[in-house]
Amino acid sequence: MAFLEVMGIYKNFGKTEVLKGIDFSLEKGEVLAIIGSSGSGKTTLLRCLNFLETPDSGCITLNKEVLFDGRQYKNMREDEIRKKRLHFGLVFQSFNLFPQYTALQNVKLAAELMIKDERKEIVAAKAQWTAALEEVNQEAQNLLIRVGLEDKMHNYPWELSGGQQQRVAIVRALSMKPDILCFDEPTSALDPELTGEVLKVIKGLKSSDRTMIVVTHEMEFAKNVADKVIFMANGVIEEEGTPEQVFEHPKSPLTQAFLNKSFESI
Amino acid sequence: MGFTQVTLDLLISFKENCTIFAATLLFALPLGLLISMGSMNKFFPLRWVTKTFVWIIRGTPLMLQLFIVFYVPGIMFNAPMRDRMLATLIAFIINYACYFSEIYRGGIESIAQGQYEAGQVLGMTKAQIFFKVILLQVIKRIVPPMGNEIITLVKDTSLARIIAVGEILFAAERYAGRGLIWPMFYIGVYFLLFCGGLTLLFNYVEKKLDYFRG
Repeated sequence: MAFLEVMGIYKNFGKTEVLKGIDFSLEKGEVLAIIGSSGSGKTTLLRCLNFLETPDSGCITLNKEVLFDGRQYKNMREDEIRKKRLHFGLVFQSFNLFPQYTALQNVKLAAELMIKDERKEIVAAKAQWTAALEEVNQEAQNLLIRVGLEDKMHNYPWELSGGQQQRVAIVRALSMKPDILCFDEPTSALDPELTGEVLKVIKGLKSSDRTMIVVTHEMEFAKNVADKVIFMANGVIEEEGTPEQVFEHPKSPLTQAFLNKSFESI
Repeated sequence: MGFTQVTLDLLISFKENCTIFAATLLFALPLGLLISMGSMNKFFPLRWVTKTFVWIIRGTPLMLQLFIVFYVPGIMFNAPMRDRMLATLIAFIINYACYFSEIYRGGIESIAQGQYEAGQVLGMTKAQIFFKVILLQVIKRIVPPMGNEIITLVKDTSLARIIAVGEILFAAERYAGRGLIWPMFYIGVYFLLFCGGLTLLFNYVEKKLDYFRG
């Protein structure tokens, strides 16, 4: 069984069928790029994985643990969902940093709240508490340094460029140590000259134990960084395979048409 | 009557205005939050009832509401309202809570959905998202309209005169009745100073929240 198994995901918004039976699997350490035109359901799929949307039916299994099962979902309690969604991290197209916190505080906030929440009962463990918070702080700083933001740690989001904000958002998503890190068109809101720095960071995150799913319009990036590419059209997976298969030898006429348009020179 | 004597006399009456002001804020600020939760509720009947209530209160003059609270219990239920101040406070608190509720609602609804979602995908609870992420952004956005409304409240306190609460306008009118006209105009200074102080306070709060944008 693969690390991530997604089976039969359906999702309607009212009468519009957005996802019409999505199946795919992903191995640990792989990078999956999802491409396709707007409205093909890429973002909705990503939001389903992160529990921001509830699929109408289907099943999501990660590391043999069933995270979502359309037949039982209604009985799931809120804190259960909260635990399950932590297996995934999500980087948004529009960053969604918290404006009232500095870059460092943005990265630390969720982890700090988690520690405080978990250890509220154990007052005796105060020392342990402080140690855990210090660890979070150290780790957050290390991550920010790693993406080249050591002198922007104490700046507020409005003081940062779009590229810097997105790098903070990536680090923030990493701070909760998700099993799978998802990106929803991470560079679509950026000026062209800032796209590169963010893509470089994402590429730099690739490692044997980090699994990533990237919804993107950056074809070069998908080609060079992904291990696996999915092309979506009209709510189904039209084609999937290695970058070479999908980009060099696309079988479906829809994929061919999409790629021709994407690489068309003006 | 000398100037100093009138000034002190009016100051004592102005204490009534201050009481109305402070008590209204104290109760209407939290009550407004409750009402705003009703008007944003997913449960349709509750939302409808709340919105209708807000429409009635905001759609009728505060002066009329004062009359109703003060006279209707006596006329209709044979239980005359004896305490004029109590009647004033009931009318003011309900009236201002409705206005505040709309300011809260506007503030809360103006926060982008992405802020909630960012908190959710980081595993934060609903309460954590509201208190740690949303609330301060809402406060920053509602300071200017709140300031406006609170300054209006200062001047509205003189409406209590209509049911003969001994506030500053009432006191000035008593002088006028005895042929002393200038206190009638002089009371403007009290309101001006009070509102001036509030303006400085709101400027200070706005400046304090200036460190972030969004």
